[in-house]
Amino acid sequence: MAPLLQRAQQLAERRLPSLTRYRRAEKLPIELHRRRIYIVPTGFGLGFSVLLLVMLVGALNYANNAALLLTCLLGAASAASMLVAFRDLDGLRLGHIRAGHAVAGQPIELTLAFDSSRVRQAIRVELGRDATAFAIEAGAVVHLKLMMPTTRRGWQPLARLRVWSSWPLGLFRAWSWLHPEQAVLVWPRPEEAGPPPVAPAEDARHMRLLQGDELAALREYRVGDPQRHVAWKASARHDNLLVKDFERAQNRPQWQLDWRRLDGLDAESRISRLARWVNEAQAQQRHFSLWLPGNIIANGSGPEHYAHCMNALAQLP
Amino acid sequence: MKRAPGPKATIDAPIDNRAFDLLSGTLALVLALHASHLPWWLSAALALILGWRWWQRRRQTGRVPAWLKLPMLVLLTLVVIAWYGSIFGREPGTALAVGLLVLKLLESETERDARVGISFACFALMVALLFDQGLIATLVVALGLLPALATLRALQPARLPASVRGTVMSNLGLLFAALPLALLAFLLVPRLSTPLWGAPSPRQATTGLSDSMTPGNFTELLTDDRPAMRVSFDGPPPAADLRYFRAYVMGYYDGRGWHRRPPDPREAVASIEAGTTVSYRITLQPTRQRVLPTLDVPLQAPAQSQMQPEREVLADKAVTEAISYAGTSASRYRLQAVLDPASRQRGLQLPAGFNPRTHALATQWRQRFGNDDAAIVQAALALFHDGGFRYTLAPAPLGRDSIDDFLFSTQEGFCEHYASSFTVLMRAAGIPARVVTGYQGGYWNKLADYLLVRNSDAHAWSEVWLAGRGWIRVDPTAAVRPERVTLGAAAAAGDQRDWYRNDWLQDVRNRWDIVNRWWDQAVVGFDALRQRGLLTPFGIRDTDTGMLGLLLAISSVLFVALGLGWALWRREARDQLRAAMHRLENKLARRGITRRSSEGPQHYLSRAARALPAQRHELEALMNLYLSLRYAQDHPPTESVRAFSVAVREFRPLDVVK
Repeated sequence: MAPLLQRAQQLAERRLPSLTRYRRAEKLPIELHRRRIYIVPTGFGLGFSVLLLVMLVGALNYANNAALLLTCLLGAASAASMLVAFRDLDGLRLGHIRAGHAVAGQPIELTLAFDSSRVRQAIRVELGRDATAFAIEAGAVVHLKLMMPTTRRGWQPLARLRVWSSWPLGLFRAWSWLHPEQAVLVWPRPEEAGPPPVAPAEDARHMRLLQGDELAALREYRVGDPQRHVAWKASARHDNLLVKDFERAQNRPQWQLDWRRLDGLDAESRISRLARWVNEAQAQQRHFSLWLPGNIIANGSGPEHYAHCMNALAQLP
Repeated sequence: MKRAPGPKATIDAPIDNRAFDLLSGTLALVLALHASHLPWWLSAALALILGWRWWQRRRQTGRVPAWLKLPMLVLLTLVVIAWYGSIFGREPGTALAVGLLVLKLLESETERDARVGISFACFALMVALLFDQGLIATLVVALGLLPALATLRALQPARLPASVRGTVMSNLGLLFAALPLALLAFLLVPRLSTPLWGAPSPRQATTGLSDSMTPGNFTELLTDDRPAMRVSFDGPPPAADLRYFRAYVMGYYDGRGWHRRPPDPREAVASIEAGTTVSYRITLQPTRQRVLPTLDVPLQAPAQSQMQPEREVLADKAVTEAISYAGTSASRYRLQAVLDPASRQRGLQLPAGFNPRTHALATQWRQRFGNDDAAIVQAALALFHDGGFRYTLAPAPLGRDSIDDFLFSTQEGFCEHYASSFTVLMRAAGIPARVVTGYQGGYWNKLADYLLVRNSDAHAWSEVWLAGRGWIRVDPTAAVRPERVTLGAAAAAGDQRDWYRNDWLQDVRNRWDIVNRWWDQAVVGFDALRQRGLLTPFGIRDTDTGMLGLLLAISSVLFVALGLGWALWRREARDQLRAAMHRLENKLARRGITRRSSEGPQHYLSRAARALPAQRHELEALMNLYLSLRYAQDHPPTESVRAFSVAVREFRPLDVVK
């Protein structure tokens, strides 16, 4: 049933764009303007109007003018609350959207920056299944985090956001679409398991702890640690013996990850294998280089290098 | 158009403590407003349940289990049926509704529950007005909307923290913004000329005049300070001793009390020759009776009422809501100059075997004064004036021959006693006489030019028929206590007044009465008839339902347009910094240093500094300030922007060096 409805909606939006309030993607920043804010009564609003009708008939029947006045006041206040709901959205601005990192299949975190020249409360933003609410002070910027589901690697356009508010009384719902023209880059999903990269023969020398270099960390004493590595001063302030750990990442052999060496695999398998290796290298703090068709990334390490490589993998045709 | 369902989680999530507190507060207020007409034990029990639930929910969120809730529901229904005998009708219906509302709190846990509870509470607030639609009650009920609205706000997610005062003010603001439209709708919503279902059930007996009078039954009335009616006169008000308002004429005496003769439709209305006339308008509080008091003696009956043979005015139906009517009366008159034998016989009716001493006294007077009826009247008044009679609201009880007891032994009483005994004396002496009840006196409100007549101004006097003069009014009470007539009932009662009726308090009450009068006239008394005459000032005599509907539609559109104007109005988020820079550019442009369209501020101001070497330092300072405000931070502090603005204002460019 749900997919059928979705298809019907898509068809309607294609055929009747003005009726379905469909909007093409547009450039950021987007400011909500009166022509794109729609107001509908909520379920509670409909129920409340029935109640007002009952009160009206009752007051008229009993010729009770005080009760009639009260009913009119309540009705007029409800109508006024519709305008307040509209004003809650009118002029709200979505300044920019920053995307986090995610591999295909996992939700990606979006940070939406809303700003406003006046105070607004109880504004809700929906993106697919994820929903959140925020309030904003006059002249302030609110950063809102939402998760967007992803399916495959590469550039993925942002889904439509629905922003709505039923402030102040919950009787009316003012809403609008936000459809920013922006795409997020989804990283490829690394394969579950596979062979390690072919690396230069591991040199036993590299595996030894080197002394004299910068202190990397203190760790607890393990049987077999040389006595001269014990950090006596630090251990005196501690329950157990602490050992200076001089092991350093760059002493691990660097990996040269190469697209060309993965013959016999199709492109997507190569990408997911490379992604796994890049992940492993990052986890082990190795230096690595990456050769991709049309993109050669030199040897490096660290989060930026990692992101660079993953982006390159994501953007492969 | 597609509407995606809202996030389910928020609808079913338990509401927070603040929302629950506000909901409980709203319900407590509703209960308090209804406490005056619910049985006290029911109010107390409901208050107890409410308090317990609030305490319980504070400790642990969750609904009250059904095994506790259902018996309470059944018990409530049974109790209402046992007490009122039914669950239909205004009182039992209200008791049930308030009870259900409180029980609703037991299962109020989610947003949806809270919204249902608040809607129901709004309805219960309206119902409270069916019992009392006075100004104070209406205001209190309207203020009762504040916690209800605050609860609805508290159900919204992501609110900015607000103080109690802030919440109250924003809700008050909403109500005040709604007031013009509400008043307009109030004026224009077409009233029903006949109720759609069951006529409103009568209230409990209200104190007021009745169509029979037994000495002593005015006592309750004379201590009731509530307004009975308000009278405004066309022209100056009549003198204090002419402010007699005629309600019932009682001609039948049964030995104990006086009764109104059942009206005979064949009988003609007593003729009258009017001297000076007075026109006036009376706003009468509901009396549940048909009688419409009029200034003595009325010339015509107002609309929808009938003039009775003895010149009483009876409305076509009992007065259940405040009504307003106009009348014209004669203050100098000759009423029924010729008395037909039947009327004469009725005017002399006395039961046999009562009050022998009174009869003896009357016979003695008749012998002494012969045919001079006026002299007998004077003798009776002289007796009251000089015979040691006292005016008191707490007279001694009277025996079987009540007139004898009063005239010859107790000699104390108030208007009823004097009017009754005087009339019996006259009849015994052979002069046609009858008792008239109504109001006398009242408080003249100088601020708003109207006469306020309270229930305590109820009065009884006599009419005697004298040949050639017709029925004339004789007030024997005035002979005993002239202040009663000139100053009013309160003055006549002297030291018997209660502590709360001292002068300044009375004064405050009289002033407050202006507001009440306005409320009764403008709001409570605005009925279908008045609505039809709404547009008379604009030349439309009869405003019918269609016209009202059209007006309502037009003016609603007007208000919607106004509201939209407000909603769409956006104060341009003015960039103060930009504006100040613009001023600086204008100043420099007047000296010929115009900013080019592609020129950045730094380049432009540097160029200006070169062109105005005498002010180089000033300009460079301005430039640095502007650059740091504009580019070094996202949101420059307001004070710094203001400082820049002031510096620009004080900057006076000198002549350019070419």
